[in-house]
Amino acid sequence: MYAALWRRLPGSRLVKSLIALLLFLAVVAVLFVWVFPAVVPYLPFENVTVDGAGQ
Amino acid sequence: MAGRRWRAVVGGIGEVFITIGVVLVLFVVWQLGFVAIVDSNAQRGVVSQLEAQFAAGGEGLPEIPLTPGGTTTDPGGATNTPKVTLEDGKVFAILRVPRLGGPGGPARSTRGSACRPWPRAWAATPDTALPGAIGNFAVAGHRAGHGNPLIDIDAIREGDVMVVETRSGYAVYRAQRHTIVPPTSVDVVAAVPQKPGVKPTEAWFTLTSCDPRFSSTNRYIVFAKLERVIPRAEGLPADLLADPR
Repeated sequence: MYAALWRRLPGSRLVKSLIALLLFLAVVAVLFVWVFPAVVPYLPFENVTVDGAGQ
Repeated sequence: MAGRRWRAVVGGIGEVFITIGVVLVLFVVWQLGFVAIVDSNAQRGVVSQLEAQFAAGGEGLPEIPLTPGGTTTDPGGATNTPKVTLEDGKVFAILRVPRLGGPGGPARSTRGSACRPWPRAWAATPDTALPGAIGNFAVAGHRAGHGNPLIDIDAIREGDVMVVETRSGYAVYRAQRHTIVPPTSVDVVAAVPQKPGVKPTEAWFTLTSCDPRFSSTNRYIVFAKLERVIPRAEGLPADLLADPR
């Protein structure tokens, strides 16, 4: 899948690398800003109370 | 041809696993790095805003009486005069523990929503005493994550100063002892710590966080006793918040 992506990226090897880096950073931004905050309530790490919704 | 297809399938599965691995690493970076930076900035912002509000007279903030008789609805059965209601999720106090360094954090009441992540460092436990009052003022805060507000809670020693600043003034507590208990030991926030049902005669402050560090298996509890209350007009003695380290 990554090989196919690499083939589809335009330009020289340097341009391809830069675009790939930008794509990676975009994915990281989406994860940090939207995905991780949305899933963290469903993970056990922050369930620290013994009443209400915890435990 | 069959060999190439087989290689593509295996390679694709490998890429999926690598992707999952990278996402998990990114999650750890997010939780321990990104959130810590964002939240400690937010906490500093809340503290300086609260300081400015206190300096301007504290309009709109709860006025917590400095007489040790003033408590809220206290399960230990203490008197309810005068009654101050803390609004859910509203910041009302700054906690300063010189041993932990830094400007301390704002405390807020989280009645009914105590399990939500607390980006504001710590939260007062619902239905415990008000700061400075007879009974037990209980506060819980994150050990790791969210700016690591209580990462060094185990450094607090007997006699350490712990100041709760509200609109009315300062409740000065001194740490007495600590204990490590399972999360189910809710008697640590009883009106008389670890003695549920006993009528309180002293003003306690219980600070709770997770233990061990980066885990939430147990709870690290620090019990502090009220030394005195100081009205805002009088101000804190200059050396009280000196870093003991």
